[in-house]
Amino acid sequence: MEKRIKVSVLLLLCAFLLMAGMFLHEEGNPDETEMDDYFIENGQVETGSNNIVAAIVFDYRGLDTLGEASVLFAAAIGVLIVLGATKNE
Amino acid sequence: MSKEMSPIVKNVACVLAIPIIIFGLYIILHGHLTPGGGFPGGAIMASLVALFLIAFGTGWAKKINKGILSWGESIGLALFGLLAFLGLGTSFFNNFLANSNSLFGMSIPFGPNQGFLWTGGTIPLMNIAVGLEVFAALSIIIPIMFSSDESSKEGKK
Repeated sequence: MEKRIKVSVLLLLCAFLLMAGMFLHEEGNPDETEMDDYFIENGQVETGSNNIVAAIVFDYRGLDTLGEASVLFAAAIGVLIVLGATKNE
Repeated sequence: MSKEMSPIVKNVACVLAIPIIIFGLYIILHGHLTPGGGFPGGAIMASLVALFLIAFGTGWAKKINKGILSWGESIGLALFGLLAFLGLGTSFFNNFLANSNSLFGMSIPFGPNQGFLWTGGTIPLMNIAVGLEVFAALSIIIPIMFSSDESSKEGKK
Protein backbone atom coordinates (compact mmCIF):
# COMPACT_ATOMS: atom_id res chain seq x y z
CA MET A 1 0.00 0.00 0.00
CA GLU A 2 2.69 2.44 1.01
CA LYS A 3 4.72 1.54 -2.05
CA ARG A 4 1.74 2.22 -4.29
CA ILE A 5 1.34 5.71 -2.80
CA LYS A 6 5.01 6.41 -3.33
CA VAL A 7 4.90 5.23 -6.95
CA SER A 8 1.75 7.21 -7.70
CA VAL A 9 3.26 10.37 -6.18
CA LEU A 10 6.39 9.82 -8.27
CA LEU A 11 4.31 9.34 -11.44
CA LEU A 12 2.29 12.46 -10.62
CA LEU A 13 5.47 14.48 -10.19
CA CYS A 14 6.87 13.10 -13.45
CA ALA A 15 3.66 14.00 -15.29
CA PHE A 16 3.71 17.49 -13.77
CA LEU A 17 7.33 18.05 -14.80
CA LEU A 18 6.65 16.73 -18.32
CA MET A 19 3.65 19.06 -18.67
CA ALA A 20 5.70 21.97 -17.35
CA GLY A 21 8.45 21.15 -19.84
CA MET A 22 6.01 20.96 -22.73
CA PHE A 23 4.48 24.35 -21.97
CA LEU A 24 7.88 26.00 -21.43
CA HIS A 25 8.36 29.35 -23.11
CA GLU A 26 10.34 29.17 -26.32
CA GLU A 27 13.99 29.72 -25.58
CA GLY A 28 15.77 32.77 -26.98
CA ASN A 29 12.56 34.43 -28.08
CA PRO A 30 11.23 36.63 -25.24
CA ASP A 31 7.94 38.49 -25.57
CA GLU A 32 9.24 41.74 -24.06
CA THR A 33 12.71 42.64 -25.33
CA GLU A 34 12.84 46.32 -24.32
CA MET A 35 14.96 45.84 -21.22
CA ASP A 36 17.35 43.37 -22.88
CA ASP A 37 17.87 45.72 -25.81
CA TYR A 38 18.49 48.63 -23.44
CA PHE A 39 21.17 46.71 -21.52
CA ILE A 40 22.86 45.49 -24.69
CA GLU A 41 22.88 48.92 -26.36
CA ASN A 42 23.64 51.23 -23.41
CA GLY A 43 25.14 49.02 -20.71
CA GLN A 44 28.71 49.17 -21.98
CA VAL A 45 28.76 52.94 -22.48
CA GLU A 46 26.90 53.80 -19.27
CA THR A 47 28.92 51.65 -16.88
CA GLY A 48 32.19 51.42 -18.83
CA SER A 49 32.20 47.68 -18.20
CA ASN A 50 32.73 45.24 -21.06
CA ASN A 51 31.02 42.47 -19.12
CA ILE A 52 27.30 43.22 -19.31
CA VAL A 53 26.57 40.53 -16.73
CA ALA A 54 28.82 42.31 -14.22
CA ALA A 55 27.18 45.63 -15.15
CA ILE A 56 23.73 44.20 -14.39
CA VAL A 57 24.76 42.30 -11.26
CA PHE A 58 26.73 45.11 -9.62
CA ASP A 59 25.05 48.20 -11.04
CA TYR A 60 21.53 47.90 -12.45
CA ARG A 61 20.46 45.10 -10.08
CA GLY A 62 22.91 45.83 -7.26
CA LEU A 63 20.30 45.37 -4.55
CA ASP A 64 20.03 41.66 -5.42
CA THR A 65 23.77 41.27 -5.01
CA LEU A 66 23.64 43.05 -1.66
CA GLY A 67 21.08 40.48 -0.52
CA GLU A 68 23.21 37.67 -1.91
CA ALA A 69 26.28 38.90 -0.02
CA SER A 70 24.21 39.28 3.15
CA VAL A 71 23.02 35.68 2.81
CA LEU A 72 26.61 34.46 2.72
CA PHE A 73 27.45 36.68 5.71
CA ALA A 74 24.50 35.24 7.64
CA ALA A 75 25.50 31.70 6.63
CA ALA A 76 29.01 32.21 8.02
CA ILE A 77 27.58 33.60 11.27
CA GLY A 78 25.15 30.68 11.52
CA VAL A 79 27.88 28.09 10.96
CA LEU A 80 30.05 29.83 13.57
CA ILE A 81 27.20 29.80 16.10
CA VAL A 82 26.00 26.23 15.49
CA LEU A 83 29.24 24.35 14.83
CA GLY A 84 31.96 26.72 16.06
CA ALA A 85 31.54 25.80 19.74
CA THR A 86 32.21 22.08 19.18
CA LYS A 87 35.63 22.88 17.75
CA ASN A 88 37.38 24.83 20.51
CA GLU A 89 36.80 22.51 23.42
CA MET B 1 41.34 14.25 13.63
CA SER B 2 42.24 13.31 10.11
CA LYS B 3 45.86 12.50 9.43
CA GLU B 4 48.21 14.50 7.29
CA MET B 5 48.81 13.19 3.82
CA SER B 6 52.17 12.26 2.36
CA PRO B 7 54.91 14.89 1.87
CA ILE B 8 54.36 14.72 -1.89
CA VAL B 9 50.75 15.90 -1.52
CA LYS B 10 51.76 18.57 0.99
CA ASN B 11 54.50 19.94 -1.25
CA VAL B 12 52.24 19.94 -4.30
CA ALA B 13 49.58 21.78 -2.28
CA CYS B 14 52.15 24.41 -1.30
CA VAL B 15 53.28 24.79 -4.92
CA LEU B 16 49.67 25.06 -6.13
CA ALA B 17 48.94 27.80 -3.57
CA ILE B 18 50.59 30.51 -5.68
CA PRO B 19 48.74 29.80 -8.97
CA ILE B 20 45.42 29.43 -7.14
CA ILE B 21 45.82 32.80 -5.39
CA ILE B 22 46.93 34.50 -8.61
CA PHE B 23 44.06 32.99 -10.60
CA GLY B 24 41.52 34.02 -7.95
CA LEU B 25 42.87 37.58 -7.87
CA TYR B 26 42.80 37.68 -11.68
CA ILE B 27 39.15 36.55 -11.74
CA ILE B 28 38.25 39.19 -9.14
CA LEU B 29 40.18 42.09 -10.70
CA HIS B 30 38.98 41.33 -14.25
CA GLY B 31 35.38 40.85 -13.13
CA HIS B 32 34.18 43.77 -15.26
CA LEU B 33 35.98 42.55 -18.40
CA THR B 34 35.77 38.76 -18.48
CA PRO B 35 33.27 36.23 -17.11
CA GLY B 36 33.76 35.90 -13.37
CA GLY B 37 33.71 38.47 -10.63
CA GLY B 38 33.81 38.63 -6.89
CA PHE B 39 31.82 35.50 -6.08
CA PRO B 40 33.70 32.98 -8.26
CA GLY B 41 37.06 34.59 -7.55
CA GLY B 42 36.54 34.44 -3.80
CA ALA B 43 35.37 30.83 -4.10
CA ILE B 44 38.51 29.93 -6.10
CA MET B 45 40.73 31.49 -3.43
CA ALA B 46 38.77 29.68 -0.70
CA SER B 47 39.31 26.37 -2.52
CA LEU B 48 42.94 26.75 -1.46
CA VAL B 49 41.77 26.43 2.17
CA ALA B 50 39.95 23.19 1.30
CA LEU B 51 43.05 21.86 -0.48
CA PHE B 52 45.24 22.66 2.55
CA LEU B 53 42.71 21.03 4.90
CA ILE B 54 42.87 17.81 2.89
CA ALA B 55 46.65 17.88 2.60
CA PHE B 56 47.57 18.97 6.14
CA GLY B 57 44.69 17.42 8.11
CA THR B 58 42.32 18.99 10.62
CA GLY B 59 45.15 20.07 12.89
CA TRP B 60 45.96 22.76 10.36
CA ALA B 61 42.46 24.25 10.77
CA LYS B 62 43.28 25.34 14.33
CA LYS B 63 46.06 27.58 13.04
CA ILE B 64 43.59 29.66 10.99
CA ASN B 65 43.02 33.03 12.63
CA LYS B 66 39.24 33.38 12.58
CA GLY B 67 39.39 36.92 14.01
CA ILE B 68 41.10 38.31 10.92
CA LEU B 69 38.74 36.38 8.64
CA SER B 70 35.65 37.72 10.43
CA TRP B 71 37.09 41.20 10.09
CA GLY B 72 37.70 40.63 6.38
CA GLU B 73 34.14 39.39 5.93
CA SER B 74 32.67 42.36 7.76
CA ILE B 75 34.88 44.89 5.97
CA GLY B 76 33.97 43.40 2.58
CA LEU B 77 30.24 43.62 3.17
CA ALA B 78 30.53 47.09 4.75
CA LEU B 79 32.59 48.36 1.81
CA PHE B 80 30.00 46.97 -0.61
CA GLY B 81 27.16 48.71 1.25
CA LEU B 82 29.15 51.93 1.56
CA LEU B 83 29.83 52.05 -2.19
CA ALA B 84 26.11 51.52 -2.77
CA PHE B 85 25.24 54.38 -0.40
CA LEU B 86 27.83 56.72 -1.96
CA GLY B 87 25.81 56.72 -5.16
CA LEU B 88 22.77 57.95 -3.28
CA GLY B 89 23.12 61.42 -4.86
CA THR B 90 21.24 59.94 -7.82
CA SER B 91 19.95 56.60 -6.60
CA PHE B 92 20.93 53.60 -4.51
CA PHE B 93 23.67 51.60 -6.32
CA ASN B 94 24.24 54.44 -8.78
CA ASN B 95 27.58 53.99 -10.56
CA PHE B 96 28.95 57.45 -9.73
CA LEU B 97 32.54 56.66 -10.78
CA ALA B 98 31.82 55.45 -14.31
CA ASN B 99 32.98 57.77 -17.14
CA SER B 100 34.18 60.31 -14.53
CA ASN B 101 37.92 60.08 -15.43
CA SER B 102 38.72 59.46 -11.76
CA LEU B 103 39.09 56.08 -10.04
CA PHE B 104 38.27 53.33 -12.60
CA GLY B 105 36.55 56.08 -14.60
CA MET B 106 37.91 55.66 -18.13
CA SER B 107 35.09 55.84 -20.65
CA ILE B 108 34.96 53.38 -23.55
CA PRO B 109 33.01 53.54 -26.81
CA PHE B 110 30.33 51.05 -27.78
CA GLY B 111 31.54 47.88 -29.40
CA PRO B 112 34.34 45.35 -29.04
CA ASN B 113 37.65 46.42 -27.52
CA GLN B 114 40.68 44.70 -26.06
CA GLY B 115 39.54 45.32 -22.48
CA PHE B 116 40.84 48.16 -20.33
CA LEU B 117 41.32 47.50 -16.62
CA TRP B 118 40.76 51.14 -15.65
CA THR B 119 37.05 51.12 -16.52
CA GLY B 120 33.83 50.17 -14.85
CA GLY B 121 33.45 52.76 -12.08
CA THR B 122 32.26 51.16 -8.87
CA ILE B 123 31.97 47.67 -10.44
CA PRO B 124 35.65 46.66 -9.92
CA LEU B 125 35.63 48.11 -6.39
CA MET B 126 32.46 46.16 -5.56
CA ASN B 127 34.02 43.04 -7.09
CA ILE B 128 37.02 43.44 -4.77
CA ALA B 129 34.73 43.97 -1.76
CA VAL B 130 32.56 40.95 -2.60
CA GLY B 131 35.63 38.83 -3.36
CA LEU B 132 37.11 39.65 0.06
CA GLU B 133 33.80 38.84 1.73
CA VAL B 134 33.28 35.53 -0.10
CA PHE B 135 36.87 34.43 0.49
CA ALA B 136 36.68 35.20 4.21
CA ALA B 137 33.20 33.67 4.66
CA LEU B 138 34.07 30.41 2.87
CA SER B 139 37.42 30.24 4.69
CA ILE B 140 35.46 30.35 7.95
CA ILE B 141 32.74 27.90 6.86
CA ILE B 142 34.91 25.19 5.23
CA PRO B 143 37.31 24.44 8.17
CA ILE B 144 34.52 24.50 10.77
CA MET B 145 32.30 22.11 8.81
CA PHE B 146 35.29 19.89 7.98
CA SER B 147 36.49 19.59 11.59
CA SER B 148 33.00 19.28 13.10
CA ASP B 149 32.34 16.34 10.74
CA GLU B 150 35.54 14.70 11.98
CA SER B 151 34.63 15.25 15.65
CA SER B 152 31.11 13.83 15.16
CA LYS B 153 32.63 10.69 13.59
CA GLU B 154 34.93 10.32 16.60
CA GLY B 155 31.98 10.67 18.96
CA LYS B 156 30.12 7.78 17.33
CA LYS B 157 33.08 5.45 17.74
